[in-house]
Order: sequence, then structure tokens, then C-alpha cells
Amino acid sequence: MTWRPRLAEGTAPVLVVLFVLLLGLAIAGPAYAEPSGYLALLKRAAPLMILAIGQYFVIVSGGFDLSVGALVTAGVVIAARLINGSESATARVILLVLGFGLLVGLVNGLVTTKLLVPSFIVTLGMLLVLDGAIFLWTGGAPRGALSAGFRMFGRGAVEVPVLGEVPWSVLILLAILVAAALFMRGGTGRALVAVGDNEAAVRLSGGQVDRLRLLAFVLSGLLAAVAAILLGGFAGVSAQVGDGLEFRAITAVVLGGVLLGGGRGSVVAAAAGALSLESLFTLLNLLGVSGALESAVQGVIIIAAVAYASLGSGVRQRLRWWPKQRSSAAPAQPASS
Amino acid sequence: MSILRENTVPVEQKAMGPVVRRRLTPTVIVYLALVALLVVGSVLVGLRGEVLLDQGGILNILTRATALGLVAIGQTMVILTGSLDLSVAYLVGLTSLIAAETMAGRDGMLVPGVLLALAVAAGVGLVNGLVITVLKANAFIATLGVALILRGYLEDNYTGPAGDVPRGFQHLGYDRIGPIPVAALLMLAAAALAWWYLSRTRPGYHMYAVGGDIEVARLSGVPTRRVIVTAHVLCSLAAGLTGIYLASRLGSGAPYVGTDAGYDLESIAAVVLGGTLLAGGRGGVVGTIGGVLILATLDTIFDDLEVDPFFKDVVRGVVLVTAVALYARRMIASRGRGRLA
Repeated sequence: MTWRPRLAEGTAPVLVVLFVLLLGLAIAGPAYAEPSGYLALLKRAAPLMILAIGQYFVIVSGGFDLSVGALVTAGVVIAARLINGSESATARVILLVLGFGLLVGLVNGLVTTKLLVPSFIVTLGMLLVLDGAIFLWTGGAPRGALSAGFRMFGRGAVEVPVLGEVPWSVLILLAILVAAALFMRGGTGRALVAVGDNEAAVRLSGGQVDRLRLLAFVLSGLLAAVAAILLGGFAGVSAQVGDGLEFRAITAVVLGGVLLGGGRGSVVAAAAGALSLESLFTLLNLLGVSGALESAVQGVIIIAAVAYASLGSGVRQRLRWWPKQRSSAAPAQPASS
Repeated sequence: MSILRENTVPVEQKAMGPVVRRRLTPTVIVYLALVALLVVGSVLVGLRGEVLLDQGGILNILTRATALGLVAIGQTMVILTGSLDLSVAYLVGLTSLIAAETMAGRDGMLVPGVLLALAVAAGVGLVNGLVITVLKANAFIATLGVALILRGYLEDNYTGPAGDVPRGFQHLGYDRIGPIPVAALLMLAAAALAWWYLSRTRPGYHMYAVGGDIEVARLSGVPTRRVIVTAHVLCSLAAGLTGIYLASRLGSGAPYVGTDAGYDLESIAAVVLGGTLLAGGRGGVVGTIGGVLILATLDTIFDDLEVDPFFKDVVRGVVLVTAVALYARRMIASRGRGRLA
């Protein structure tokens, strides 16, 4: 029990699941006998993990962001059209895509906090607007091409001492993950969790609730733009690149033991949830399960994970928290692992 | 149980004078907006020398409204109880296939086909409800999970349209009285039934109670689990009816007829546009039908004006958010009460 309190509530199951899946991969696929296989897995999973980290900020503060899938598509399509194969435009366009993600997050956040529209509706509206606007702009089919410099982040690798070749996307992912974990340990991060746990308490104790939620949406938009850059590089230009990613990111976050409605869960667990999801798909692939059944398996697993978490938490809570009752005003749990 | 808890307590009623407030409920606003939209649309279409509300126009609007309307009626009940259903789109496809494949072009199998499709729909609704109440999974995840399972089944077993509907059954999809399709009348009848159920019966009241505050409802002796399961079964039955209707229109079952139209998010949008609170406890079927008609009218107007189809999505998104912002302004008088999911 000495190490256990260091894990945020709900983190342990996802780590167990992830471990089992990785073990399964090692047994099922010879490619996973050595580190390079796992590195490739991490590279594939990086966009989803980054999206899950962004989605985590919004979910833990009590909202939803359904617009990230459309935002990823928008980012890739915009980049392809503006770069149009010319190498010199790359840096400018990358900044523009990041700025676009920021702007979309800002609009989501402002409409949610200032106009008092539930974020589910705001981001659903944003999904429709983005989908429509992007296709209106491109006339139905994405045009243009990405430059090699742009695609480098998604599929290139860089020589790192000791480790050897490490994909750019893995490095970006690690940087974001570390930054997110540190952020959630800090005051602002804890306040964000507190907003999801008990908004009224935060408001009464002088917390900037609206500003915190706005921040969550902006971070989610920004990270979706980063994911778009990685996915554009990894998978190339297509109008379907972001399809269904919003639900996949939410699934990943929930798989990581983060409570929908906010207030519980850690960002590392959310990222681990995304990695588990990606490992699961890889494993199913290796085992020769048809791609069609993949979604069915995914469905069963998320129901099981959530049911386990909510049925289990009642028991766990009683065992662990009965003696020292949590005061409702305090942040639930330091988000750490 | 509700994922979209909202601490909006309706205590601010005195602020604006009760009479005005009672008159301008979201439902009234929806229908006023519908009338305004019809007027503006008629003028715009009229400028092109055409008529919006001629026989074809009315037929077009009502046909568009029928399928979405049926799904949205069910979705209204689920949302009122503080839940939501993301599995309806795949269920529509599945039931259309079941109905069409059972019928297989034989007139004698018409009734068994319909009944089997409805039974499967009810079963899926039961699973949704039980996963939410017994396994205590969040409604968003539970129905998303069921949706993924249905999708896996559909993708594994079907590649395209299958089954065959007897000619006689196609009357359901195409017969009309004047400009009004029979199916639209049936949809309105279903809406009337749902309205009666929600506002005139005890189980209907219980749905509002559970959506308003599940703890208070439970402590007041409302069988909250049963209410939630009932709402989900009814919602899935409505989706099943939609599948049967679409099978009759298409002449066969189509696995992705529901998802291509985006009935899952679209129906939620229609319900919320109709003034029902996403968090549950407030709203009703009448507003939902208004919301569906607004979406259908928008589509028809855009078709008449030959606007780029992608522009529709943009307008839809803006309309949705604007409408809900409007209701939120009216609902929440003072800041600090809104817990917006």
C-alpha cells in the first residue's frame, strides 16, 4: 500500500489493462519482441493520445468537446490547401493551423461560458459548422498537398542518443504529456478538476470558473490542431481523417478512469486509455479479427470498463474513504500518477 | 445518472413577470421561429419566381420531417429523463434490414417483419436501459458502446442494401392525402401519443421527475430504474419504427441509412432545438416536432435556393447554438447557477 496513494483514483485499472494488452502484443506479434515495435505503436497512437489529453481537460472540468474530430479534418484540409506542396509555406501554415485550433477552442469556450449553452450542444454545433465550412471552402474534395517538411512531424524520426531513431510524434507526445502532467499538478490544474467536481464551491471560494473552462476548451482545440498536424503527416490528406475521432478520444479518456461530468481522474491515465485503445486495435488486427468486428469489441470493452469503474468505485470508496470523509470543497484528488 | 447535470433550479420565475414568461416558453418560440422561417423562406424562394409552400414543397418538408421526427420523439423521452441515446442511428439501419429481410418480398410476412423489427428494437432499448441502471454506466458511454456493437454487427454482416419489401408495404412510404404523406400523419399521431403519455400519465410524469432530480425522485418513491429503462425501450421502439418506415420507402433494408443521415446527433439537436433541456426534466414532444420541422424547412428552402449542401451544415450548427443560447438566457436569470455540462 505504500505506492498506492500516489495513483489517482481509477488509474490502476487502465494501467493493468494496458499491461495485459502490451503483453498480449508481445505474445501475438513477433514485431513486438523488441522496443522498435512498441515505438511504432506509440507513433501510431500519438495523435489519439494527444487528442485524449486535450479532451481530458474539457471532461475533467465537466464538459464535452465533440468538435475535435471535425477540427482535425479541418486542420489537415486547410494545411493541404494552403501549403499546396510548397516547402517554404510550411512553417507559416503550421502556425496558422495551431492558431485555428486555438480560435475554435476559444469560440467553444466563450459560447459555453458566456452564452450558457451546454458544451455538448456548442461543440456539436461547431462540428456541423466546421464540417460544412471546410467542404464549402474546398468544394467537396480536399485539394492541394502537404509538403515534406509538414509531413516530417507525423512520419519522420530523429536520431536521439542512447535510444536511436525516435519518431518526432513520440517526442512531441512525450513533451505534451509531461507538460500536461505538470500542469495538472499545479494550482491551475487542480482548480480545473475542482470546477468539474463542484463548480459552485469553486465560484464561492473565488475561483475563476469561466476562465478555467475557457482554458480547457482552448487547450483542447490547440491539442486537436497538433493531432491534425501529426495525422496529416502520418496518414496524408483525406476528408475522412478526423471521422469519429471525437468519440474515440472520449472513449479513451473514459477508459482511463476519468469521470464524465468531471472532477475525477488523471491526465496520464487518459493518455494511457488512448494507448490501450490503440494497442487493442493492433492486437485485434494481429489476432485476425475482422476490421468490422473491431468496433463491436470496442463497444463491449468501454461498457465493461465504465461499469467496472462505477460499480467498483462504490465499494472502493467505502473501504478507503469512510474514515476520513472528503470535504466537498477541496479538489478531489491530485491528478497524478 | 445524468451526465449532463445542471444545477439550474427554476427559482427565478418571478424576475420577468409570470404571464410573459408562461406565454414565451421555448415551445412557443420554436413555433414562432418556424412561422418566421416559412415567411422568410417563402419570400426568398418567391424572389426566384418559385413557391415554397406549394404541393411539392409541403410534401418535401413533411417527408424530411417524418423519419427524423420519429427518432426525435423517442430521443425526447430519453433526454427528458436525463439520459441520451447515441445508438439510434445504427438501430434504424438494423431494423430496416430486419424488416426487409423478414418480409423478403412476401405479403404474408409483412406483420411478422414489422413485429420482429420492433422486438429487436425493444431488446436493444432494454439493453441500453439495463446497462445504464444496473451496470451504472454513464448513458453517453453505455449507448455509445451499444452503438459500436451494432455497428460491428452491421459491418460484419452487410455490405449494402439487403432484403426486399413487398409492393403493398411501399404504400406506407409513398401514399399521401393531398400534399400530406400518410407516414407524416402517422408520425404526428406517434407524437400525440407521446405527448399524452408524457403529460397525462403517471409514468410520463415520472420521466420529468427523474430528469429533474433523480435523487429527489427516488426519495419520493419513483421507481427511477424502471422509468429510465422504459424511456430507453420507448426510444428504441421509435427508432425501430423509423427503420421500418425507411425500409418501406427504400424498398429494402440499408445498413447505413441511419448513420448517413446522422440521426444520432441530429435527433439530439432537434430535441434541444425544440426547447428540451439537455440535462433533462424540462421540455416536451411538441417542441421537438417544432424543432424537426424547422430543420426540415431549412433543408427544403436551401434545396429550392440551390444552396451548396455543405452550407446547410454551417447554418444548422449556428441555428442550434443560437437557439439554445436564447433558451439559456431565459432560463438562467442569474449567473452562477448554471452548471453547463
